[in-house]
Amino acid sequence: MAKTEVTLMKGNDAIANAAIRCGVDGFFGYPITPQSEIIETLSLLKPWETSGMVVVQAESEVASINMVYGAAGAGKRAFTSSSSPGVALMQEGISYMAGAEIPGVVVNVQRGGPGLGTIQPSQSDYYQATRGGGNGDYNVIVLAPASVQEMADFVDLAFDLAFKYRNPAMILSDGVIGQMMEKVVLPPFKARLTEDEIKSKYPWATFGRTKDREPNIMTSLELKPEVMEERNIKLQKKYQTIKDTEVRYETQKCDDADYVIVSFGSAARISEKAIEMAREAGIKVGLFRPITLWPFPTKQICDIAKGKKGILVVEINAGQMVDDVRLSINGAVPVEYFGRLGGIVPEPDEIVEALKSKLIK
Amino acid sequence: MENDIISPENLVYQKPTLMNDVPMHYCPGCSHGVVHKLVAEVIEEMGMEDKTVGVCPVGCAVFAYRYLDIDWQEAAHGRAPAVATGIKRLWPDRLVFTYQGDGDLACIGACETIHALNRGENIVIIFINNAIYGMTGGQMAPTTLMGQKTSTCPYGRVPELHGYPLKMTEIAATLEGTCYVTRQSVETVAAIRGAKKAIRKAFEASMEGKGSSLVEIVSTCNSGWKMSPKKANDWMQENMFKFYPKGDLKDTIK
Repeated sequence: MAKTEVTLMKGNDAIANAAIRCGVDGFFGYPITPQSEIIETLSLLKPWETSGMVVVQAESEVASINMVYGAAGAGKRAFTSSSSPGVALMQEGISYMAGAEIPGVVVNVQRGGPGLGTIQPSQSDYYQATRGGGNGDYNVIVLAPASVQEMADFVDLAFDLAFKYRNPAMILSDGVIGQMMEKVVLPPFKARLTEDEIKSKYPWATFGRTKDREPNIMTSLELKPEVMEERNIKLQKKYQTIKDTEVRYETQKCDDADYVIVSFGSAARISEKAIEMAREAGIKVGLFRPITLWPFPTKQICDIAKGKKGILVVEINAGQMVDDVRLSINGAVPVEYFGRLGGIVPEPDEIVEALKSKLIK
Repeated sequence: MENDIISPENLVYQKPTLMNDVPMHYCPGCSHGVVHKLVAEVIEEMGMEDKTVGVCPVGCAVFAYRYLDIDWQEAAHGRAPAVATGIKRLWPDRLVFTYQGDGDLACIGACETIHALNRGENIVIIFINNAIYGMTGGQMAPTTLMGQKTSTCPYGRVPELHGYPLKMTEIAATLEGTCYVTRQSVETVAAIRGAKKAIRKAFEASMEGKGSSLVEIVSTCNSGWKMSPKKANDWMQENMFKFYPKGDLKDTIK
């Protein structure tokens, strides 16, 4: 099959197909709308008969993330997917993975909350994803896809980052990106790592103690506070390296812009249309789209804001990323927020209206 | 000289080589040390030292990884069977077992335990049942006997306040995915021999792909029970064995 073959599929299906092609060893998940196509597609494609990838429907999201903990702690590329209430249940496991430095991947196809909320799209798990989400001082690498193509591309990227830093990574998507169909070029097939490759690449993993080494132990436990503080300092240093190295973002039409919309994921796609409409009306607006939500592109947003008349943060929540934008810009330029809640997706003309009423007056 | 008999050819017993030379944190009289030794002996006798991954619980055995010279993963409270599932599914030729107490397995991890066993994961669950929460200082467990006093049922367990003790091993025996479910103890030499045989049988079944095994070890917690080790053994024989009778509950290994 040619590498450049373009197909049409849902974002959720792109994740499933990309995983099989990226040499992923295992998927562990539990059905929840709007992401069930991921486990359904994997079950239909039977990768255990081709690449050897294992697919397990777990008894809960709690079990799913702990299966990922076990598999990834044993050096395998393992992931799970869920939507907001399910990802809330996974926070215990994600915290333990961060503490034990286990490199798994979690996909969150967000829906509206709080609680059982709605099955409609939302971006209201931004705080949870970017602040760690569970107990303790830790961070998860968070990638925010804004297209079906990025859903496919970020699977391999998330695994590479997770294993590079021995840290959990999250693909923070939402019901729009998960459910919409777009053209996509799937990644080329890559074989799963062999036992020898795992042993040489991940000598820390628990695949059975070989005679040439001490036992490997995956644990987040340490009762001595002095040792635990050292371990935390080591984690913080790692997070600083990630902040210095792994920031990803995209800009559009910012050079001549008077105003900049900062937006991620599906909200950024809607903002693109709003920017087009605003420019037709003579308002020069650009887009800044964080791709990594953690590490956040603090410096880059600060740079782009210089000389601008104002920033509008557009997100499908009650205003979460706007905090990070304000912290980045630190009062240099006016920063306003616009969003819709509870599963309602904003319309482009609403965004233009918000730009006018909040910033241009 | 009496020391003449201490020579290699007269060796009849030694510490398993898989047991690390570190002081254990377990209380004197606790059953954990004996069960750890049995697990170490069985792994060694099967020649699986290089191919075994253990999963520790949260509870008294949280530090089991300090004592056995094998690869380990420390699971969150109750999640050991899910962690073991993840390891075993992706390393099917490895020996994967969990080592869990009654609070970890029968209370907070009841869901993970039942479903891992029912899926027939080729893992072994070693279940230490001492009818109390040892690590946190002696609170009521799901397996605490009726009338038994703990720090959270200081006047004795009564059904209207605390419900009834849970027989997880009996539940496990009803599940299609299990091939071997047994209840053992380690308070006498004969019992220790029986428990070791059961652990070996379960480990072998998991490597032969026959399904899940659960080996319950009815145990003492003399500190939590506030008894001397001797008295704790007597109390276990008189009270625990009545409610948790020893023997095989299911055996489909042929």
